[in-house]
Amino acid sequence: MHSHLDLENQPGYQYPSYHSTAKRAPSRSLILMPHTLTERTGPVFGKTAVSPTDADLTRQRAGEPLGQRMIVEGRVRDDDGNPLANTLIEIWQTNAAGRYTHKLDDFCAPLDPNFSGHGRILTDKDGKYRFLTIKPGAYPWNNHRNAWRPAHIHFSLFGPSFVSRFMTQMYFSGDPMLELDPVFQSIPDKAKHRALANFDIGLTEEKFALGFRFDMVLRGPDATPEESHV
Amino acid sequence: MKLVPTAIQPIGPFFHFALTPGWESGDRSAGVMAGPNTLGEHITLRIRLLDRDAAPVTNGMLELWQADANGKYNHPADTQPKTADPNFHGFGRLATDDAGLSIFETVKPGQVEGQAPHINVTIFAPGLLRPVYTRLYFEGDPANASDQVLNLAPADRRPTLLARPAAEPGTWHFDIYLQGPCETVFFDV
Repeated sequence: MHSHLDLENQPGYQYPSYHSTAKRAPSRSLILMPHTLTERTGPVFGKTAVSPTDADLTRQRAGEPLGQRMIVEGRVRDDDGNPLANTLIEIWQTNAAGRYTHKLDDFCAPLDPNFSGHGRILTDKDGKYRFLTIKPGAYPWNNHRNAWRPAHIHFSLFGPSFVSRFMTQMYFSGDPMLELDPVFQSIPDKAKHRALANFDIGLTEEKFALGFRFDMVLRGPDATPEESHV
Repeated sequence: MKLVPTAIQPIGPFFHFALTPGWESGDRSAGVMAGPNTLGEHITLRIRLLDRDAAPVTNGMLELWQADANGKYNHPADTQPKTADPNFHGFGRLATDDAGLSIFETVKPGQVEGQAPHINVTIFAPGLLRPVYTRLYFEGDPANASDQVLNLAPADRRPTLLARPAAEPGTWHFDIYLQGPCETVFFDV
């Protein structure tokens, strides 16, 4: 089948061990469509979309949140290797105890009044971004008995066009829960490493915060359909 | 050499505080894409997100992307000799509510390069390992018959791409079935 997507490096829709896919994953084949002007354009966000404190999740409230301070830095490029400047990145995560500031999150872990858990930034001219936050915790969910999501940070990016729209979860290299998590396991083996942040002593700030690197590659608007075997 | 894009992962159920701020306290104003000064025919889109059993998907998120009433995108790649409406951005984002419903106030898009008026809809939800993409067209629009993308869908499934007019003038219904006998046509974009 032909696809605009590199399906060998992306999860499929049907994944039975992630139970929510059962009634929601489309079962019919996608209809391959040419890119028109609608797909070659996309929402543009200016400087007004972010404020300076949005990228520092440790300074959004009156006090500092509890937890391990962590810098997450990386570069966003398209699949031709071009840096994607001025691209809106939105992130969200649990606090250090593994709880979201969401009214439907009923995990019996403490909320942290000093942690909102969300941030935004526009990439700079080189496609770079940098968040200061605290390390998220793992948390239980109802997918199966004793199911825990590995610690992760959600990332949402727009890129320059409709087709570059991107959403993922950034995990941590070496987390023992990754092999038990059906959401992470839905990623083909050879692509899993691209969803992992790696500890980086060069990004780590002495006597202040650990550094992790997470680079992302988004689809370009001109991707041509190629033969795929998945 | 092409770089391999990073793997996509699902949105999860707890995105509202980050992506649709205000939603948890009942603020639905993010669905207002067109203000009083926006040019064109003002319309209300009532979009429902449903699963295989036609049960509402209550923790999804919809994103709309469309041209203005003149068929111009507010984006540098749109080089058509038209002026973009300064009072229209073209992007809308809302979570689905307890009925699976999101209500957008916008304008009917104009024709772009011969295509029938349409709105691109991206759907995110827990259980969708990748977002799904569909298009909303307007039932009864004479340009539908010759629309290149609409006609890629098999004739028997093409109605899943058509919003239907409601009794109230200017209001349109659009049901998105993620799976099942009425499964909406989703595009590989």
